[in-house]
Amino acid sequence: MWRDALLVGGKDLRIEARSRVALAQIAPFGMIVLVLFAFALGPDQSPLVHAAPGLFWVAVLFSTVLAVQRSVAVEAGDATRDGLRLAGLDPAGIFLGKAAAVGAQLLVLQAVLAAGVLLLFGARVVHPWLLLGTCLAGAVGLAASGTLYGALSAGVRLRETLLPFLLLPVVAPVLLAGTRLWQSSLAGGAPDAGASWMRLLLVFDAVYVALGVVVFGPLTEAA
Amino acid sequence: MTTIAPPADPRLAEGAPATGPDGSARLRATLWTLGVLGAVSTGATVWLGIWVTPPDKVQGNLVRLVYLHPGVAWVALYLAFGLAALASLLYLWPRTRSLVWDRLAAAAVEVGVVFTACTLISGSIWGRPTWGVWWAWDARLTSTAVLLVLFLGYLALRRVPAEPHVRARRSAFAALFAAVDVPIVHFSVLWWRTLHQGATVLNPTLSPEIHGSMAWTLLLGIVALTVDFAWMLVVRYRIGLLEDRLGAEELDRAIDARRAEGGAA
Repeated sequence: MWRDALLVGGKDLRIEARSRVALAQIAPFGMIVLVLFAFALGPDQSPLVHAAPGLFWVAVLFSTVLAVQRSVAVEAGDATRDGLRLAGLDPAGIFLGKAAAVGAQLLVLQAVLAAGVLLLFGARVVHPWLLLGTCLAGAVGLAASGTLYGALSAGVRLRETLLPFLLLPVVAPVLLAGTRLWQSSLAGGAPDAGASWMRLLLVFDAVYVALGVVVFGPLTEAA
Repeated sequence: MTTIAPPADPRLAEGAPATGPDGSARLRATLWTLGVLGAVSTGATVWLGIWVTPPDKVQGNLVRLVYLHPGVAWVALYLAFGLAALASLLYLWPRTRSLVWDRLAAAAVEVGVVFTACTLISGSIWGRPTWGVWWAWDARLTSTAVLLVLFLGYLALRRVPAEPHVRARRSAFAALFAAVDVPIVHFSVLWWRTLHQGATVLNPTLSPEIHGSMAWTLLLGIVALTVDFAWMLVVRYRIGLLEDRLGAEELDRAIDARRAEGGAA
């Protein structure tokens, strides 16, 4: 299973390295979202600093939808999905590999967006490790749930419009927990119950990773 | 296709193999029983709630919403979506795989979405005079709204045309993915903010905090709405069953028509 995961994840990342869709299209899209938020909230620094954690995570969620759609599109042509199955790969491995590739791209996107938030909005970090841990846990949860929903919508006509509708409410807890944890790790935010939010985020990760490992096989079998 | 001939297909009269043993006669009898029970109990709740019970000392006539709101919420949040999740699991389990469960899940979600919307609307009507706002970002309101969106997504997925078993499988997985999210959404939103009053009847000590005729009316309201839900569920199930049979029959007829064309040529 781990070997298959490495193979599939490596393949997706290689495709990304050659096509640069995430870096050249999705990351700029995320930055545009940040700039649009700044336009919407006005040029004053204080509301922007105050809203920075939430805006960061909303931008990450939107980018997740795009990254997942890209991850599905990679398998859409030339009956690649059947090819993966015929190659005798473990479905759980395929799931872990695809989720890991999406997660790795999300981490890069988060790094770009975080730099944008810190530079454009003038937010200041006081707990860098909490910030990093939140990004990591958030990326795992978003990648796992996104890959599941991506597989669910893979064979569906109209999937471009359906996927955000299905995925975004499901990842609402990641937005809530991520925003709260970022508020605690940025200067001027309320130092609130960080531990329970982190636990919630980890539970979300565990639930969707476990669900993916168990159901990815039957999910992709005949869909 | 302008005229539809009377049903010559025997499957329209008797249960088709793929659609389970429920004959139309039994369904109709169930519908009648549930309908009469629902009408009587709902009528009794309305009578008790509006004319018999006294107004509340603090909330005045506004308290009468309490005979409706908890019942609607119970049906929507626990009964309908619990049933949908269970039916989806039963469909996914290979030994119990049958379109019966798929239709049941679809019916439960569809009726549940209506009840969830009614929960939000009745809560809103109560919230405007009590809290001063139509909507507050309170934990229960917010998680109910997220639940509504989750299951609207399920219905949107169902609307995408596909083979019955492909659609059933897809929908069942979607219901499963959404159902595991419900407790997480619940806790996240609970910690996010809370303003709603605690549970009145099913509070941790299980000692009802309201008394006499009001308590009985509240309980009767819950029973009435549960029966109403069951009636709507069976109606919706039956519509789904008939739709599926009609689809199969029209396909057969189309195939026969093409065959006849081939024979004539």
